[in-house]
Amino acid sequence: MAELSKTPVVFAPWNDPNEKPLIQFKNVTKRFGDFTAIDNLTLDIYAKEFFALLGPSGCGKTTLMRMLAGFEMPSEGQILLGGQDIVKVPPNKRPVNMMFQSYALFPHLSVFDNIAFGLRRSDMPKDQIKDRVAEMLRLTRLEKFAKRKPHQISGGQRQRVALARSLAKAPKLLLLDEPLGALDKKLRNDTQFELMDIQEKTGTTFVIVTHDQEEAMTVASRIAVMDNGKLIQVDTPSGIYEEPNSVYVADFIGDVNIIEGNAKVVDGGIEIHYAEGAAPIHAKTDKHITDGQRVSYAIRPEKIAVTSEPMADRANHAHGTILDIGYLGHLSSYFVTLGNGQKVEASMTNSRRLSRRDFTWEDNVWLSWTDTAGVVLTE
Amino acid sequence: MRFSQTLESAYASKADLVLAALLAVAGIALIWLNQADGSHFTGGLLIAFAVFVTAYRINRRLAVIAVPYLWLLVFFLVPFIIVVKISLSDPAIAIPPYTPTLELSEGWTGLKSFFGDLDFENFEFLASDPLYYTAYLSSAKIAIISTAITLLVAFPIAYGMAKASEEWRPTLMMLVILPFWTSFLIRVYAWMGILGREGFLNSFLLWLGIIDDPLTMLNTNFAVYVGIVYTYLPFMILPIYATLEKLDVSLLEAAEDLGCTRTQGFWLVTLPLSMPGIIAGCFLVFIPVLGEFVIPSLLGGSDTLMIGKILYEEFFSNRDWPVASAVAVILLLILVVPIVLFQRNQQKQAEADQ
Ligand SMILES: Nc1ncnc2c1ncn2[C@@H]1O[C@H](COP(=O)(O)OP(=O)(O)OP(=O)(O)O)[C@@H](O)[C@H]1O
Ligand SMILES: [Mg+2]
Repeated sequence: MAELSKTPVVFAPWNDPNEKPLIQFKNVTKRFGDFTAIDNLTLDIYAKEFFALLGPSGCGKTTLMRMLAGFEMPSEGQILLGGQDIVKVPPNKRPVNMMFQSYALFPHLSVFDNIAFGLRRSDMPKDQIKDRVAEMLRLTRLEKFAKRKPHQISGGQRQRVALARSLAKAPKLLLLDEPLGALDKKLRNDTQFELMDIQEKTGTTFVIVTHDQEEAMTVASRIAVMDNGKLIQVDTPSGIYEEPNSVYVADFIGDVNIIEGNAKVVDGGIEIHYAEGAAPIHAKTDKHITDGQRVSYAIRPEKIAVTSEPMADRANHAHGTILDIGYLGHLSSYFVTLGNGQKVEASMTNSRRLSRRDFTWEDNVWLSWTDTAGVVLTE
Repeated sequence: MRFSQTLESAYASKADLVLAALLAVAGIALIWLNQADGSHFTGGLLIAFAVFVTAYRINRRLAVIAVPYLWLLVFFLVPFIIVVKISLSDPAIAIPPYTPTLELSEGWTGLKSFFGDLDFENFEFLASDPLYYTAYLSSAKIAIISTAITLLVAFPIAYGMAKASEEWRPTLMMLVILPFWTSFLIRVYAWMGILGREGFLNSFLLWLGIIDDPLTMLNTNFAVYVGIVYTYLPFMILPIYATLEKLDVSLLEAAEDLGCTRTQGFWLVTLPLSMPGIIAGCFLVFIPVLGEFVIPSLLGGSDTLMIGKILYEEFFSNRDWPVASAVAVILLLILVVPIVLFQRNQQKQAEADQ
């Protein structure tokens, strides 16, 4: 899961105190009856960001989007767009377009007319509308289907129509609710790069909901991980991945081993005692940890080396037996049971061909990792 | 499936064919003997059933498909052919009051003279007398205007019902259908009580002081329109409500999101998408209103010209069955066009729903 973002590394307006956010949620709460969908949420999103919302189903992602688009009013709190309170601005007056999770294509209009719908409501001259729609059709590879009605095209094609329709007006803020879910992997990758390209060309700010972590990692400048109407962590993809602030986030994004234990402060770091008779884990952390504190140690599989002899230069070693091997092509996952019963997943890149792979089931192996490979979590 | 299985077990043996033969014989005998009223009809049904049983034995699929066609044949095509035949006959002082009648006992010559006596005289008569075509035109006018008014009244009601909260909808639906639970005639008579010179409406208006003398409303076209709109309103409301209720609110949100005002959203999304319901409702009102007879004769005046009334008068006052039949045949031919259009609309909607 590499961060492939084309945006320059220096793009980090959230770290610049002089930068004014484009969108500000200020203590926003949204209730449906007595159910709280969004719970006292505060969030800044900056212009030209590609902001991804990630979270389990029902955590409030769509609700957040709908408040930005103007379909839901917050029960409490303020939403500012470019410094202006937009809570009372109707959807058609907002410089915001939304791609609906359900697509919401007009069934009585052709693909062409669906895409042209928003443009025709603006003061764009007719021939320009035609060109713009043609451009959108090309972008989403729907040229052949321009004359068809939504019920005459496939699910993935419908999704692209919805995307094209929301892109057509080149809004200041574009809200995409699971825009690429129904596309095959290749088309999805292509479209992701198209989106990033569009974003770079037009300077549009994107807020995107996705269930696909890899997608979030690929396209997003920042990711917000939500749960139960609350933001758990908002950070760059690498921040979320490498420095999750909680077990929830570590577990939600990517594969991870979580080992619980008691901390013991030692010189230059801490030791985590997690099992009777097992060597403690050596870890470094910035957090203030006290002796005897219960902590969780999160370590990603790829940070653990699987070798036949312990690697001397690493601070942590553990001996175990291979329980299972998952072959994923570019890498192999090893599920290893340690002597103390703890199960650990480690992965190694398959830089060699399969025939020369080193280990097999039931082999005894050593796991080694450095003292900075894992994260110490207190939540 | 259940139905066909039952049939299957019932006729698994050869008994079915024996039964079919018995039925056919009984049917033919009934028609031949012609002893009681309706023996033709019963006999026809028996024969039809015998045909069905045999057909079911030979080819099940075909037999099942044939049922609706058989139905159409027995209850629509045969009566229609009879009416057409009467319309080509001449009136007579006899029972039935037209000639010729088919005398099978005279054999081939009887058949020949029977067809020789049929002519288009009645249709020529209809074309020559302006009363009839003005009646058709006036019926069409009344049907079109009242359909339009019904639409204007029904749409907001249907819209309001569709917008109402989910728990209220069944109640509202009930209220729309409720009038059907009382007799149609009683409801029309009630309007006579309301619209008459001494009726509720006049007394109310007099009491309010809006008018000084009672208005003449009963026995005018106005009363006819009121009666028709009132009676046929549910036929318009229900199909429109059905389409509006299905309408996905996210479509309106999408329209708004793309820059529509609420009003534009209504014209560009709600209205086009409720079109199938509107069209269905219009046909459901227009088609029966064109031949409407009770409302114009009870609420209308002497100058209310509707073809249904003419038809009634030809049949019962003049006892001229042939002319009445000719009027009916032409009415049907006029209605075939909207009925076909209606069917196509329904079919298109069914396809779009898939
Ligand atoms: N109009 C509504 N009335 C009542 N509850 C609602 C309404 N809209 C959303 N909710 C509830 O609010 C919660 C958040 O819904 P939301 O649609 O924002 O979830 P989501 O994060 O988009 O989920 P998914 O990933 O499944 O799309 C859900 O529990 C949902 O049931
Ligand atoms: Mg959602």
